Amino acid sequence: MKTAWRLTLAMIIALTLVACKTAPKAPEPAPVEKDTTPVVETQAAPNPHDYADPRNFDNPESLLSKRVIYFDFDKSTVLPEYRGIVSAHAAYAAAHSSARITLEGHADERGTREYNLGLGERRGNAVMGLMTAQGARADQVVVVSYGEERPTCRVSDEACWALNRRVEVVYTAR
Amino acid sequence: MTVTDNVKKILFFCMALMASGPALAQLEIQIISGNPSALPIAIVPFQWAEAGPAPSTPVDEIIAGDLYRSGLFDPMDKSDMAERPVDEESIRFGTWRLLKVDYIVVGRVQTPSDGSGHELVYQLFDVHTQERLLSQVTVVGAGDLRFGAHRVADAIYEALTGVPGAFSTRIAYITAAGLGPEQRYELVVADADGFGPQTVVGSPEPLLSPAWSPDGKKLAYVSFEKGNSAIYSQDVATGARELISGGAGINGAPSFSPDGKKMALTLSRTGNPEIFVRDMATGKMTQLTNHWAIDTEPTWSPDGNTIYFTSDRGGKPQIYRVPPTGGTPERVTLEGNYNARASVAPDGRRIAVAHGRGNEYRIAVWDMETERFTIITPGVLDESPSFAPNGSMVLYATREGNRGVLSAVSADGNVRQRLILSDGDVREPAWSPVIR
Repeated sequence: MKTAWRLTLAMIIALTLVACKTAPKAPEPAPVEKDTTPVVETQAAPNPHDYADPRNFDNPESLLSKRVIYFDFDKSTVLPEYRGIVSAHAAYAAAHSSARITLEGHADERGTREYNLGLGERRGNAVMGLMTAQGARADQVVVVSYGEERPTCRVSDEACWALNRRVEVVYTAR
Repeated sequence: MTVTDNVKKILFFCMALMASGPALAQLEIQIISGNPSALPIAIVPFQWAEAGPAPSTPVDEIIAGDLYRSGLFDPMDKSDMAERPVDEESIRFGTWRLLKVDYIVVGRVQTPSDGSGHELVYQLFDVHTQERLLSQVTVVGAGDLRFGAHRVADAIYEALTGVPGAFSTRIAYITAAGLGPEQRYELVVADADGFGPQTVVGSPEPLLSPAWSPDGKKLAYVSFEKGNSAIYSQDVATGARELISGGAGINGAPSFSPDGKKMALTLSRTGNPEIFVRDMATGKMTQLTNHWAIDTEPTWSPDGNTIYFTSDRGGKPQIYRVPPTGGTPERVTLEGNYNARASVAPDGRRIAVAHGRGNEYRIAVWDMETERFTIITPGVLDESPSFAPNGSMVLYATREGNRGVLSAVSADGNVRQRLILSDGDVREPAWSPVIR
């Protein structure tokens, strides 16, 4: 199982690397028909740190493209390495008043289902608290806990559990 | 009981299962460990005195299966029966004494005088004293012969143990099959021996936390069908259902009061999960807990005077109790790092919980008088304990490989059995009350 996971991880990393190389490429200039019309000027790549720019949702160099925050077992503290992701989405929400976000809280399979619903909600609330402290309005963000009911993987080991203890940032309106 | 005996029994039950009804999505029951001090009993094949053909699964096999699975009885294999008496006059007790049987049941199935349904006429004897311990007629409607056989097993169990049987009850559980967009959840009700599964509700979104009404007619459950958790109460026979609570935040963990007039549930509309009590007639909600912790999984004591619930107000999840009218919650479980989702025994003196230690979760029974735990399952990820209505067994969810299965264990932990579905996960068992 561990080998399988390493392979999966390796594939994800490989795919990400490919995406990093190709994704931000500007559109090809239109084929020139004789020389009557001037070449349309290509748009500049988005600044990955401009979190108000919706193009960064698909820019793997920008934190706005990352939408999953992971947690420690039975904890709801947003770890330092994920604070940047939360801040990026908070900044986007602050800049776009029509944006609406659902924070889906999840837990791993250990422990009871209803307690895990509570834990998933607590994680969602922790992310929401940080987002509203950084400029998102409370009415832009809603927390829905799925507890352990929607795992991303179904193996009973730490690697899988770590992937399931998460909050997913889902935009219902951008 | 020897290993060969166990293998024989398992084969016997597999054959019984194969012989009867459609096997699709049926729960298959396997005995994992038996009880060496089980009482030897002979359930002699009942005489079929009705006009039509005898059913493919004879009632004696249903009765023997029930008694065997209780762990307290060791029913004799039919092929070992030298004689097959059908009434008191034809029993030669000396023969049965030689066969080392302590008790014998004889009987017949006949059509009642009004011409519809079935009459199970039977007697139970002590082989050593030749005393008649039971002589009864159980009448059931057409199509309820299996139910009748379970009622006979209930009566035999009660006559010999002093505790009412719980074989003529039902179990509810959640199944989950498929992955991603193909994922499907179902709330299923089956007989306590796994037969006759019926889907009460199915959904592509998660279903969880089934809870029986005290009359066994309704099931409350949590459904994510509208994108967030919501509690419904549904009539099992008619399918009619009522939305109990579907506001923002968590709507979870429904539990009917023993008189059916109230429901305890978990709502997080105040910002974090709290226990509420809903008046079923008026719909009025009363908040019972008020704490920043996760307060959830309420369940009632049999007398209705106490609500047990899970709370991590002390740092880790533990069981607390509070009167349903309000008050200061008091901690109940005093050992271990993780104790959650209590099921109260019908005597009100014990609770079964999911008991976590490190990465291992087992079912443990907390005795409220001695204030001690007895761990009753070998676990790794055991959860959702549910006491049988007579307190003899605890049904729970466990994992086998990467799938969820149900198991049942005798309340002392000595006898275990496994209930397996043909595919997918089975989880969150809830044992029905006794249906009279």
